[in-house]
Amino acid sequence: MTVLHSAPRFAPNDGVLDALSGALGPFLVASKEEHGEIVLTIARDQIENALRLLRDDHGYQQLMEMAGVDYPSRAERFEVVYMLLSVTKNHRLMVKVNAAENTPVPTVTTLWPNAGWLEREVFDMYGVIFSGNPDLRRILTDYGFEGHPFRKDFPLTGYVELRYSEEDKRVVYEPVKLAQDLRQFDFMSPWEGADYVLPGDEKAAPAQPPVGEKKTTDKKADTGAGEAADSKAAEKVSAPAPAKEGDRAEKDAPAGTNSRPAKEDDK
Amino acid sequence: MSMQLEQSPTTDGEIVNNYTINFGPQHPAAHGVLRMVMELDGEVIERIDPHVGLLHRGTEKLIEHKTYLQALPYFDRLDYCSPLGMEHSYVLAIEKLLNLEVPLRAQYLRVMFAELTRICNHMLNIGSHVMDVGAMTPNLWLFEIREDCLNFFERASGARMHSAWFRPGGVHQDVPLKLLADIGDWLDTRLPRLFEDAMSLVCDNRIFKQRNVDIALVSKEDALAWGFSGPMIRAAGIPWDLRKSQPYDVYDRMDFEIPVGTNSDCYDRFMVRVEEVRQSAKIMKQCLAEMPEGPVASTDRKVVPPKRAEMKSSMESLIHHFKLYTEGFHVPAGEVYVATESPKGEFGVYLVSDGSNKPYRCKIRPTAFSHLQAMDFMSKGHMLPDATAILGAIDVVFGECDR
Repeated sequence: MTVLHSAPRFAPNDGVLDALSGALGPFLVASKEEHGEIVLTIARDQIENALRLLRDDHGYQQLMEMAGVDYPSRAERFEVVYMLLSVTKNHRLMVKVNAAENTPVPTVTTLWPNAGWLEREVFDMYGVIFSGNPDLRRILTDYGFEGHPFRKDFPLTGYVELRYSEEDKRVVYEPVKLAQDLRQFDFMSPWEGADYVLPGDEKAAPAQPPVGEKKTTDKKADTGAGEAADSKAAEKVSAPAPAKEGDRAEKDAPAGTNSRPAKEDDK
Repeated sequence: MSMQLEQSPTTDGEIVNNYTINFGPQHPAAHGVLRMVMELDGEVIERIDPHVGLLHRGTEKLIEHKTYLQALPYFDRLDYCSPLGMEHSYVLAIEKLLNLEVPLRAQYLRVMFAELTRICNHMLNIGSHVMDVGAMTPNLWLFEIREDCLNFFERASGARMHSAWFRPGGVHQDVPLKLLADIGDWLDTRLPRLFEDAMSLVCDNRIFKQRNVDIALVSKEDALAWGFSGPMIRAAGIPWDLRKSQPYDVYDRMDFEIPVGTNSDCYDRFMVRVEEVRQSAKIMKQCLAEMPEGPVASTDRKVVPPKRAEMKSSMESLIHHFKLYTEGFHVPAGEVYVATESPKGEFGVYLVSDGSNKPYRCKIRPTAFSHLQAMDFMSKGHMLPDATAILGAIDVVFGECDR
């Protein structure tokens, strides 16, 4: 695919994937090159060794960023993504591991001192545990915060709100009370993957057509024609004329509730 | 380095070696809401534990609930001192996933305003750094330049700070010709006069040098290991600038120099920024000279909405307009990490798309996170008043650090 965009252009990826796959060998679980980015997935317990190899033998000197991502449908729902940068080769690399809530990821603070805060952030936001990190405290959320807010099952509004209480002379936490529901605008075209029933669709025919019913006319009797039908045809078919207005007054009907005085027009 | 307090009347005769003080979170020299727990030995810093996150707003989660276009203004509010620098990474990340071509004029406009943002940002940082170490006047002079920059932003986008002017596919609106002419005049006359005047007070000032030279030395190895970027890594003597090494938009056409420090102290960081302002002015002049005529946004109507006049007369444009401002555009599934040279360093966006109209995950790489983390090892053994100089030279803004 020809590159049309004007995003940062670093050294070409040609051959890098093959060279790194060969070097990483058994550590590597999967690898791909998409959108001009090389993504390597590493076995979780080998991440430290793999990154050390990339740093020391392949010149990826800097750990620029660590990102957590939550895919709730997966067995190991979290991904931890390490963004590596080589200032000598002018190249970027993404390295991933998969993790669950109860499967610790080996720390890389042994390789890069700045991994400390980056791991703390992933722990804070997603609850991924990094074994060996000497200081795995929360970092961005409040002191005493509970839960991991960037998980997909954590509500956008959160669970608690705080305000300054004039009585207590301090900030107090209370469960979130919304004056109106949080409005979620879903502008996805309903023809593409709406996960709700479109208005009116609930009236549609059942999903299964009546396939058991016979649809052929094998005998004369199946046609519906014959004497019985002929005799019916002589009967009068139109509905009887409607009854007159006065006759229709039902006995049980409640009295009229309209108590306002008649207007000029009504008279 | 051990200083012992003798027989203090308040400690009952007990000798105090170290004590802990709280710096911030409401200290003017903390450049926002930074709380640092400092362990001091007398006036010498033993350990610093920066507590960040007091401005955490969950921007990344909010972005997951917005369409790609609706998420854009959040980026202005990250580093509110250099809003367009933040937008730049984000729009480039979207364009990379879409593989969308941006017209040349739009690329020039983006580069020019990104550099104007750099000047604007450095005016604030240089000024506040100078003020943190005791000088008042230069800050006031530099704020005049900053005011000019903000007026230019207002004339281009309608907003002084939160422009939301870079859009996926180009920029939102073309600029008036008079604005370009005024920027050209400003670059030739007012900016150099005000800026060089202010710098003549600071750069060779004896007190300023005493407060900054040889403060917080960082070796090249440490700068790499701690994930430094931007002026912080250049001051350490590594000529690394994403505008040069990984050019985006039309930076590869620009002729500019990268200032590099020799001593890697706070003074070098300051002087790198001072020189960057001059280089930014040079880039802006080239943009003004070379900028071609033409559209300022992609003509791909599945991404960029049509002009308003067009929308009023053409049914198809009306449909495109409606769909783009309600449903928004869909971005092909995939993941990219795009980093640009924001005024403070490498500002990256890790964007994961699931093919829908909203980002599945948008991780923002703040520049300050790595730098602030190194605060502890940079300040060790320095005096308490040096902490403000070190912090000023980091150029930290908490909107971006805490997200």
